[in-house]
Amino acid sequence: MARLFKAVVVGVSTGGVLALQKLLGQLPADFHLPILIVQHIGPDAGSGLAKLLDERCALRVKEADEQDEILPGTAYLAPPNYHLLVERGGFLSFSADPYVSFARPSVDVLFESAAEVFGPELIGVVLTGANFDGSRGLMTIKQKGGVAIVQDPEDAEARQMPQAAMAATDVDYVLALDGMAALLLKLASGRAAISHKGTGAR
Amino acid sequence: MQSGEVEDVEIRLLLEGVQRIYGYDFRDYADASIRRRLTHWLAESEFATFSQAQSRLLRDRGVFESLVRGITVNVTEMFRDPAFFRAVREQVVPFLKTYPFVKIWHAGCATGEEAYSMAILLNEEGMAGRYRMYATDINETVLQKASEGVMPIMEMQRFTRNYQKAGGRASFADYYTARYDRAILSATLKKDIVFAPHNLAVDGEFGEMNMVLCRNVMIYFKPALKERCLRLFDSSLLPGGFLCLGLKETLEKKKIGERYEELAPPLRIYRKRYG
Ligand SMILES: C[S@@+](CC[C@H](N)C(=O)[O-])C[C@H]1O[C@@H](n2cnc3c(N)ncnc32)[C@H](O)[C@@H]1O
Repeated sequence: MARLFKAVVVGVSTGGVLALQKLLGQLPADFHLPILIVQHIGPDAGSGLAKLLDERCALRVKEADEQDEILPGTAYLAPPNYHLLVERGGFLSFSADPYVSFARPSVDVLFESAAEVFGPELIGVVLTGANFDGSRGLMTIKQKGGVAIVQDPEDAEARQMPQAAMAATDVDYVLALDGMAALLLKLASGRAAISHKGTGAR
Repeated sequence: MQSGEVEDVEIRLLLEGVQRIYGYDFRDYADASIRRRLTHWLAESEFATFSQAQSRLLRDRGVFESLVRGITVNVTEMFRDPAFFRAVREQVVPFLKTYPFVKIWHAGCATGEEAYSMAILLNEEGMAGRYRMYATDINETVLQKASEGVMPIMEMQRFTRNYQKAGGRASFADYYTARYDRAILSATLKKDIVFAPHNLAVDGEFGEMNMVLCRNVMIYFKPALKERCLRLFDSSLLPGGFLCLGLKETLEKKKIGERYEELAPPLRIYRKRYG
């Protein structure tokens, strides 16, 4: 059954710079879903990563800013030291709340707030990482009827985050990074078969 | 109706009730964050649903105060964003020094670290005795803590690093005395700071300020409430005064924006134009 989505959220930690380059690098400039990303970074990291990815990818990549409207063809990176959240009406917001799942920005915070706003029209992606952030958020995405994608732990630089996500919820797709852009393109255009129960193409 | 929608309605009614009974207006706080905070507050409370909490909340001031503590996020640190404090030291203080006396407002000061950091900085730049600070917050529990000036000793390492990165000229250890697990800030830092309650959603301006800092407070507000705060700051600031926001808050596309120039992008230090 075809269905339409409004956004993709991505959570990634250890090994994230390379993973993001690969994933975003394989998407075309006119990919019509906005992508919201939490990459775990230290508090003083600066915004170098967004610049680097923007240079190397056809997609526009930027650090999320105050009241950014979520636009297609754009990937927004959470800034260092703030949680990134989605507001109703499709705006971004930030919080300086304490660490959640030992991280700020935290994947769980982004995923949970995005699930609240987008419900079944959301695709959640958990990539490489050496912790457990993102698994609670991915569970919420599934509970609200969204689609869950996890990087194959065998393919991940650090396998814990994908594994934790798979243990927490019944994910729809487990695959290597290489096939992920193609899958997102298919989902975005409504050409992929998706089961609502999470028994999709494994 | 989905359970999420019921909860939305409950939250709206709750905030409406709080506003009517206590005059604290949280209705223009950004949804995603306040929902997170409220859900957390509810989970820690004795109530099963927001509707259940409502009737006690409206009658019992203690429950209301716990709600305020639950909604507000008081995370702060000494010399938070060291690059910001370095820029204040290098680019703002030279202007402040041209006045015989300056007034500074810290809006949303939480436990006071930002005000104490400014006091250290101004003293080191030779402005001791030439300033008064007004440090305000909506949450009276944190204001009480702020006026005590006591911090956990285990934070001192991190704060010392921030202080050094911010261009500190002395040794951070000179500013506190260690007592068991606590660090007690030196009295010389406290004497020119007035801590007072002030609610940015409902209260008025503070007159004739040379500098207003409101960092990481408006991120929690919807656009309309942000505009209200900015109007408040604008009418509090003297021409040539400085407005300092958090790293994820800007004057871009804001009504008062045209009256300000950005001094040190991207550190969100703005100067109000003359005339
Ligand atoms: C994250 S802290 C920021 C502390 C400090 N300015 C900093 O950047 O480190 C946010 C503070 O804003 C306060 N606050 C929230 N709503 C407020 C309001 N309506 N009026 C005044 N203060 C408010 C909270 O109580 C909290 O102490």
